[in-house]
Amino acid sequence: MEFSEHILTPKIEETRLEGPDISPVFGTTCLTGHHLIFYSHNKENKEYWILHRNVDSVEKRYSLDKNVLVLKCKDFKHYFLSIVKQEEANNVCNSIEILSNQTKSSYQYPFFFRPKFSIPEDGYDLFSVEKEFQSVSSKSDQWRLSNINITFDVCTSYPSQIIVPASITDQEIRKSAKFRHGGRFPVISYLHQNGRAIMRCGQPLTGNNNKRCKEDERLVNCVLGSNHRGYILDTRTLQSAQQARAKGGGFESEYNYPQWRKVHNSLQKCAVQQESFVRIVEACLDQSSSSEKWQSKLESSSWLSHVRDVLAAACLAAQCIDREGASLLVHGSDGMDSTLQVTSLAQVILDPDCRTIRGFLSLIDKEWIQAGHPFMDRCFHSVFSNQRIRSEGPSFTIFLDCVFQLLMQFPCSFEFSVQLLCELQNHAYASQFGTFLFNNEMERRNHKLRTKTISLWSYLLSEEALPTLINPVYQSKEGVIWPSVAPQSMHFWDALFLPKLDTSTTIRAFVNETLSEIGQLQNELLDLKQEVGNLEKLAADADGVNDVEE
Amino acid sequence: MEHIKTPKVGNVRWLDNHSRNSTEGTLYLTATHLIFVDVQRNKETWIVHTHIQSVEKLSIGQAGSPLRIRCKTFQVLTFLITQERDCHDLYSSLLKLSKPVKIDDLYAFSYNPRGEQLSQQEGWDLFSLNNDYMQMGLPTRYWKVSRINNEFGLCETYPRLICVPSLATPALLMGSAAFRSKRRLPVLSYLHENGSVIVRCSQPMAGLNSRSIEDEAFVDLIRRSKSGPDDFMYIVDTRPMLNAVANRAQGKGYENTDLYENIKYHFLGIENIHVMRNSLNKLLDACEDSTNTVGAWLEAVNNSGWLKHVHNVIQVSRFIAHAVGKENRSVMVHCSDGWDRTAQTCSLAAIMLNPHYRTIDGFLALVQKEWLHFGHKFTHRLGHLDGDPREVSPVFTQFIDAVWQLMRLYPCSFQFNEQLLFDLHDHAYSCQFGTFLGNCAKDRQVHSLTSRTYSLWGWMMKRLKSYTSPLYHAVEQHKPENKLLLPPKLPHCVRFWRAMYNRFDKGLHPRQNVTAIVKTLYDETAKLTNDVASMRKRRNQLRQKLGFETQKNELTPQGDVSPMSSPSHKATTLRSKSPTLVKIPRRPASTDDVQSLAPPQAEPQTLRHAVHSTPDIASISSNKKPSVSIGGALVQSSDLVVSFSTQCLSDSDEEPVANSNNVVTEKQLESAPEEQQLPKRKILIPDELAGGPDHEVEIPESGWDLIQHKVLDPSVNGVVGAPS
Repeated sequence: MEFSEHILTPKIEETRLEGPDISPVFGTTCLTGHHLIFYSHNKENKEYWILHRNVDSVEKRYSLDKNVLVLKCKDFKHYFLSIVKQEEANNVCNSIEILSNQTKSSYQYPFFFRPKFSIPEDGYDLFSVEKEFQSVSSKSDQWRLSNINITFDVCTSYPSQIIVPASITDQEIRKSAKFRHGGRFPVISYLHQNGRAIMRCGQPLTGNNNKRCKEDERLVNCVLGSNHRGYILDTRTLQSAQQARAKGGGFESEYNYPQWRKVHNSLQKCAVQQESFVRIVEACLDQSSSSEKWQSKLESSSWLSHVRDVLAAACLAAQCIDREGASLLVHGSDGMDSTLQVTSLAQVILDPDCRTIRGFLSLIDKEWIQAGHPFMDRCFHSVFSNQRIRSEGPSFTIFLDCVFQLLMQFPCSFEFSVQLLCELQNHAYASQFGTFLFNNEMERRNHKLRTKTISLWSYLLSEEALPTLINPVYQSKEGVIWPSVAPQSMHFWDALFLPKLDTSTTIRAFVNETLSEIGQLQNELLDLKQEVGNLEKLAADADGVNDVEE
Repeated sequence: MEHIKTPKVGNVRWLDNHSRNSTEGTLYLTATHLIFVDVQRNKETWIVHTHIQSVEKLSIGQAGSPLRIRCKTFQVLTFLITQERDCHDLYSSLLKLSKPVKIDDLYAFSYNPRGEQLSQQEGWDLFSLNNDYMQMGLPTRYWKVSRINNEFGLCETYPRLICVPSLATPALLMGSAAFRSKRRLPVLSYLHENGSVIVRCSQPMAGLNSRSIEDEAFVDLIRRSKSGPDDFMYIVDTRPMLNAVANRAQGKGYENTDLYENIKYHFLGIENIHVMRNSLNKLLDACEDSTNTVGAWLEAVNNSGWLKHVHNVIQVSRFIAHAVGKENRSVMVHCSDGWDRTAQTCSLAAIMLNPHYRTIDGFLALVQKEWLHFGHKFTHRLGHLDGDPREVSPVFTQFIDAVWQLMRLYPCSFQFNEQLLFDLHDHAYSCQFGTFLGNCAKDRQVHSLTSRTYSLWGWMMKRLKSYTSPLYHAVEQHKPENKLLLPPKLPHCVRFWRAMYNRFDKGLHPRQNVTAIVKTLYDETAKLTNDVASMRKRRNQLRQKLGFETQKNELTPQGDVSPMSSPSHKATTLRSKSPTLVKIPRRPASTDDVQSLAPPQAEPQTLRHAVHSTPDIASISSNKKPSVSIGGALVQSSDLVVSFSTQCLSDSDEEPVANSNNVVTEKQLESAPEEQQLPKRKILIPDELAGGPDHEVEIPESGWDLIQHKVLDPSVNGVVGAPS
């Protein structure tokens, strides 16, 4: 294998490992193409496997008597590996740095991973555009399934099959796609039970000359149906939308889209959010800070502000649909980050199905993976990397944090627990599963992802994982949930950022225990009832006999 | 009432603080309450005058005159009143009514619990100091309960019963008291199972170069009043060092470690009452501002310093708990007068150290002891009466906040929930009950509160059901690894308590309540357990009738409940028992001892459920005379025997108290025969008392004749009424 050229020292004796969940232990360190494996030399002979892809950066802390490598992982855990010889430490460091930054697609671990758990259903089948189309056409007959993007030539970041308005021809769609950033023409994201739709797209390429596209206008207008009212939610400020015109982008003019009202709800760009992400994790890991310093870091990181802003924008979107009874078109500049945050969260707020486990995973499939959120670019590095941030950004993490906020405010409306959100976060950054690999459907097709890797959903829905992800106090599907977005109502996501201080697991374990007790009691009661029934019958028979005898 | 000019104002709009909503209705002003009744007469909102912190007339608008009322419960009400004159009348009436001048004007003296099954005597004798001392296993070889302060002659702001080293002479106590600010000499606050103690006092009158030989000897005696090697003791000065130094100029200050032997001195930097008052005010301003962005909010919270102060209080308490529980060292705690920061940290440390104080009974008893008996100046600090505003400070609120922080970190370790903290906080301010009136035990005696007012404890005992946390693991608490709660040092773990400071802004809180569901689940378990039991009974009857043989395991003492077959029977056995049974003896010598001594009512694993069932609230309060109070005392008696018998050897300045009416004695006698069958136990007596190197002395376990003299009479305690 080609990996071997990067592994200068495959095996080192007398090393020492320490981590947040490992008390210091001596053992042997081995390097393979995808893992650092540590065989401990204590009684249990435990093995620790650290996926190279999970290592965000390696820091050398060398002193006279020991050489420590700090492996800073994408799940925010730090592991300390002590190696006696400096040369060996250097070799390990270099190897991990190269192997963890491996960009060549076919070298990615998911292509090598073989699961040990049984797969009752293939997670890649959980969501399909056909199923989605069935659901849409059960509510409305104005849509059709188009193969327009089958060769990915209309839009590289859209899936091959797309649901489009029945009254619009493929030819018109092609023209609309040329008028939108990245070819991301308006597509349906969600159809509410009242018939109103959320659509999403890239910014229109109006440029400085206020170009217009009749086909695009027709495409957008035909979702309005009879009520003729709609909102365009632009996730940029008016100013930055205007500035975008100089670069060929822009926004819909009210003159050309007269039935639409424009709303600007500014959400921050990826780079800004990434900066914030780095700072919040740093603040959480700082064990020495005073109360004042921690609070000021929490504030200056702006993390909770971003979370609140996205949540507020999603509430606004949901309000347009449910309260105003108007349809909605959402876009930012390229329609792959803040746009998806808003449309997906609005669905969590509006649609109780999205609050079930399967529904939520399908939503992520539909609104993030299929919709072309570039996971590979956004999650290539996490918060510890020294390399310059190129396209990294925590859009997905912020979305998950917003779902966490909803879960905190409506703890009984979600079938899943916060654990699922943490799993999704960690797997988005480093995983043995193929689900979050690559940037879009086209790349996934080219690498035959479906056949060559295992879906994360297969694992999450397996008997092994599922029970740990279920929210034991899930009550029922109720309609729309309206959260509070006041600053006092924002919760800090302890389970992700400060797992040591998280108490949700304790409570969940307690409830689970009580539930299993109830189950046992119910069974016992059932058995007893049956037995008593039989006995009563016998007794009645005996009484009957007695009566006759008397 | 002469202050009420307009008893009724119609056409009032109550404006919501966080939205544009408002409710129309009528305001009524009575001698004790301000009442808002909405137009549909669906809902009445009662505000007791003593809860009113401030009244403010806002600038007049077109729609009328707005009147803003801020309450000590953190409720902020804004009423829009049509007529300016009405608004002004209300304003001036409320100003007067919310600041009574004489203690006799307080609501407690006119309160009548209509519609509640509450009698005036109820609750006053629930938590006596005596019981708490017994709960800790006092007296012991080293510590005795002294009545030297029976007439408040030693210290005016201490209770009548104090606990001091058994070798302390009255002269030593008087000498030490004379050298301490407000004569608050070092006395025992908490005795841990390992023999280490928390002792509380006020600052010494050290000045620039004063000293007191008696105080030095007394502190040294405290240091040596534990078994184990002769080692140093901590003195925790909860103040910032600067404040302590400043006090020296006024003839007060701190202990000179050159004069006090073997002391490690720590200044732990909790700010004074004025800083805390300003801090909370800033926090409340931020809470009230509904226009804040997340950034501005977080900044305002940080600027208020409130979380920093709460964190600091918790960390100082943690230091004490760590010293006592982990390092096995005694700690002497003081601040300036030893009634604010000292009360906070001593009681929080006790909560961390001992699961008993995390039960409802234990927690309320702790408040009664550390705060009420030891003279936290409630009437001054909470501003019950019109007085010096500089004396007012939210020290008690801060303590409750700190308890909540612990509850948040350890959700399964507390028997009580947030509701108990709310009620405790609100009624400390409301003056509806006599419990929190006055500044110290002597004050309360002077005003005859126990006969003239109702007790909050009696009222709360009727509400136990709403106070129990369904998450509480009673048994888990007594596992060694769970006994001591040492909260993380990280400041990250202290959070803003939205449910307290924004309590009345309903829109800001989670819309669904997990604990409510957990409670339903719990009730479901109880119901099913009941059904299973009755079904099983029915089956057995039928079997008998039909002449079938009943299965062997059905014939156990538990009657209908088959043992061990499934964990589900836990609840039935105990469902009707009161939660006091949950008390686990504080210092069982070994688990075997517990089992042999305890009446076989409860298997350990049943305990958790016993707490939740609390089905019969009335019975709890009536049972809660001293007799049951130490359901644990029954169990504990073997320890008592040891301590009493050794105690007698050294104790001379205490008259024996014999009291045939003493319920505790009777109860203990009932179980005496059991005791007598116990084998003799060996105990270790350290050299200073036994006069030689460690040697073992055999002491008969059944020293019952001795005990009867020594059991303290609950009626001695000034605050607590004699058992009826």
